[in-house]
Amino acid sequence: MNLVVLAGILGVVMMFTGLLVKQLRVVSGIAAAGLCVLFISNLWELYHAPFFTLPESSMLATTRFGLLINQILLLAGILYVVLFGRHIQVVGKHVADYYALIFFVYAGIGISTSYTNLLMLFLGIEIMSIPLYILTGSDKRNLKSNEAALKYFLMGSFSTGIMLMGIALIYGATGSFNVASMNTQLSFNLIVGILLLLISMSFKVSAAPFHFWTPDVYDGAPTAFTAFMATIVKVAAFAAFIHLFEGSFEMLNRKWQLLIAIIIACTLLVGNITAVFQQSVKRMLAYSSIAQAGFMMFALFAFNDASREGIVLYGAAYCLATLGLFAVLIKMEDYTFDGFNGLAKSQPLLAGVSTVFLLSLAGIPLTLGFFSKYYMVSAALSTGGKYLWLFVLAMLCAAISVYYYFRVIQAMYFKPLGGVPGTSTSLTTSTTRAFNYTLLVMALLVILLGLQPQLLLQFLYF
Amino acid sequence: MLLSLLILIPLLAGLAAFFAGNQAKALALGGSLLTAAVMGYLLSMPAQSAALEFSASWLGSIRANFTLGLDGLGKVTTLLTAVAFPIIFLSIWPNNYRDAHQFYGLMLLTMAGLMGVFLATDALLFYFFWELALIPTYFLCSKWGGERRIAVSFKFFIYTFVGSLMMLIGIIYLYYKTPDQSFSWKSMTQAVLTAKEQAFFFWFFFVAFAIKMPIFPFHTWQPDAYEQSPTATTMVLSGIMVKMGLFGVVRWLLPLFPDMSTKMAPIVIVLCIVGMLYASLIAMRQSNIKRLVAYSSIAHIGLICAALFAQNELAFNGALIQLFSHGVNIIGLWIVIDLIEQQTGITKMDDLGGLAQKAPTMAVLLVVIALANIALPLTNAFVGEFLMFNGLFKYQPWYAVAAGISIILAAVYTLGMIQKVFYGTSQNALVVKDVKPGVAVALVALVVMILAFGIYPKPMLQFSGHHIDSLTSMLVK
Repeated sequence: MNLVVLAGILGVVMMFTGLLVKQLRVVSGIAAAGLCVLFISNLWELYHAPFFTLPESSMLATTRFGLLINQILLLAGILYVVLFGRHIQVVGKHVADYYALIFFVYAGIGISTSYTNLLMLFLGIEIMSIPLYILTGSDKRNLKSNEAALKYFLMGSFSTGIMLMGIALIYGATGSFNVASMNTQLSFNLIVGILLLLISMSFKVSAAPFHFWTPDVYDGAPTAFTAFMATIVKVAAFAAFIHLFEGSFEMLNRKWQLLIAIIIACTLLVGNITAVFQQSVKRMLAYSSIAQAGFMMFALFAFNDASREGIVLYGAAYCLATLGLFAVLIKMEDYTFDGFNGLAKSQPLLAGVSTVFLLSLAGIPLTLGFFSKYYMVSAALSTGGKYLWLFVLAMLCAAISVYYYFRVIQAMYFKPLGGVPGTSTSLTTSTTRAFNYTLLVMALLVILLGLQPQLLLQFLYF
Repeated sequence: MLLSLLILIPLLAGLAAFFAGNQAKALALGGSLLTAAVMGYLLSMPAQSAALEFSASWLGSIRANFTLGLDGLGKVTTLLTAVAFPIIFLSIWPNNYRDAHQFYGLMLLTMAGLMGVFLATDALLFYFFWELALIPTYFLCSKWGGERRIAVSFKFFIYTFVGSLMMLIGIIYLYYKTPDQSFSWKSMTQAVLTAKEQAFFFWFFFVAFAIKMPIFPFHTWQPDAYEQSPTATTMVLSGIMVKMGLFGVVRWLLPLFPDMSTKMAPIVIVLCIVGMLYASLIAMRQSNIKRLVAYSSIAHIGLICAALFAQNELAFNGALIQLFSHGVNIIGLWIVIDLIEQQTGITKMDDLGGLAQKAPTMAVLLVVIALANIALPLTNAFVGEFLMFNGLFKYQPWYAVAAGISIILAAVYTLGMIQKVFYGTSQNALVVKDVKPGVAVALVALVVMILAFGIYPKPMLQFSGHHIDSLTSMLVK
């Protein structure tokens, strides 16, 4: 509960900081300090009683899984502010407001990972989404940013409508907003309600065929905020998604698996195959995030302890790697693949850490990405070999993903500097020492957890 | 603990080489020689010694452990790795690579990965190393290779990656079917599968191994990769890395799916024989010396794989010996090709000729190695191939007859190559010096091994003998 309350308070504090403090670096510093406070208070809650307790009958209840997800996302948030702070400052004038919105997103995350009531789910998802609509359009003079914000807002509100409809139908069928109440005899209303919920949540995590907004929004939004919503918000949405159906899974089981299998197959195919044809690394990362969502959906396919471990690992792996890649990308002058040509010569450190992140996303052993994929597939396989085609498809898609991830590696290492006329590998802004060290630590973390994922998973049980 | 040194020494040496600058070359040779020394010490131990097993906990919750073991099969392949790398490093001593420290670092990391594959007795660990050996090779081929290196090494990577992912599904599935839910070799072999599951997952594993070997029709990456890679990497690829596939068959595929292996053996053997003949015929028509050797390798590996699936004692013995011999022979061939290429820049056989006059020592050494490639008596390959044909004949005479044709074809293309490159009209424009001392040591070491194991194969047979007893008893059950 610490996260929800403190993040809300800090959001308001940030708004006033904008009025009082004019120096942008100080604003970023305060935001980072605020995130550290959230991090520590959430960590406290993992071991001790929370600062703020709610009565039993409340609609929120923290779980260890939810807290661990919060913890990972808060760590990612701190890294995010360190890596992107300077770029958030140049997006527009209202830097403190952007940070305030980010804190509100965290309040939404806190609710989404601990709700026990469908109304709270709705609130959490909305508190997460509305700041994002604003952040997407924060680059006011850029037409693409405006278009993306409008598109995101229209599509987002549409899916919110679907979610509300689903919740209403479930209430009609069961007479309760409680998540646990979904676990009863299936009636027509309940089935339609659950399906509508499934659709709206699939929209939020950009699973195919509800993914159409993703590439445009990710591409149009300022890169600094794309990095935020493609990683932290997405993982939070997944945590909410899983929490939603955990209780009712037994009852749904058979038909459910087929449905999810179809969504997974669509998501993997659409994400991976479209990513292959991209020329811009930023757009490639957008499609790659769809493809990765396909793998995360395996947790919904399986619903067991291993799948919960899987989503924890996957969340961490995906956040670290994608944040790192976006941090490198935002420094590049040219977002195309050719823009990366010869980066290994001019910026060996950036090229090195990017390679680690790309290998992790591709799921190569010795990186966290391998174990996250391993736990996901393993969790799903443990439910029996009935959907063997799905696993073969997933593996083929993983092989396809190697194609576009390795294109970046090839450009960085094997192609000559400035090989294509009209491209440039120069960086827009020089890298600071803190930036480099943060990236290095993230890369080492990816490798360390890739050797010993237990270091992270132990937090789930003790 | 000693066992893990086989992985640790090249690993640490490799990491150090990245920062060693000009010393990387010496570091690589030193590290690989040290590994070979440890290997020699391990071989001197009795077979039941406790030092030949090592276990440390790794992922407790899913019961995957860092377990290593060295048995007869492992001895053959790890010995090959330990011996081959110093020889490779010696032979490329005069070459100057750009960013040499990275080159040697990656080579050593490959060595560590290969050692891991051959030592791991835990399925997940095996998969881990299986992939790890691949990554440095990918970088080696893409950075230091020929003109089409990027596309070719990428094809190579994707092929093997698809195969290994199939195997990963197989490993996970089997893991859930083991009696005690663990990845150890022992419990994997006890997994209870229905006939249908066996049929599925046999092919999942087989495809992974077949791509690596490569077996027809999964071989299309191989000639390109051998041709375009820097020759030192090609030596690793063709001499040692293809053995990963064969090793996988013996260590995992046959014990895990004993019934299915017997049932599917005819299909696999026919594939192997088709590949052998097909590759031999193509090799005859090659004008590029590197592609010729690449296709000849497909033919030889095909025979080893066929023999493994014949599943009798003779064939196993031959195959295990040939695992080692083929590595020695083909690395020898590549060393000579590398010498020629480094000095003349030519790989087309028609443009070469009469090199024997200019480089007599090289010619003599190459002829011995080439004769071993045809498996002439007194060379190491004769022992292995003779046993394998014998075993194949026992399994089904017609298979042996069909496979035998490839030996004749091997003689045709290998002797043709010698004739074109070393004899014939001398191309005066070519300046070729005879072998330098360092390289000569490497080549002589190889030739000595070829002759020694050709005349007195008993030590090698002893290594494999132990393993084969337990393997055959397992498969016959």
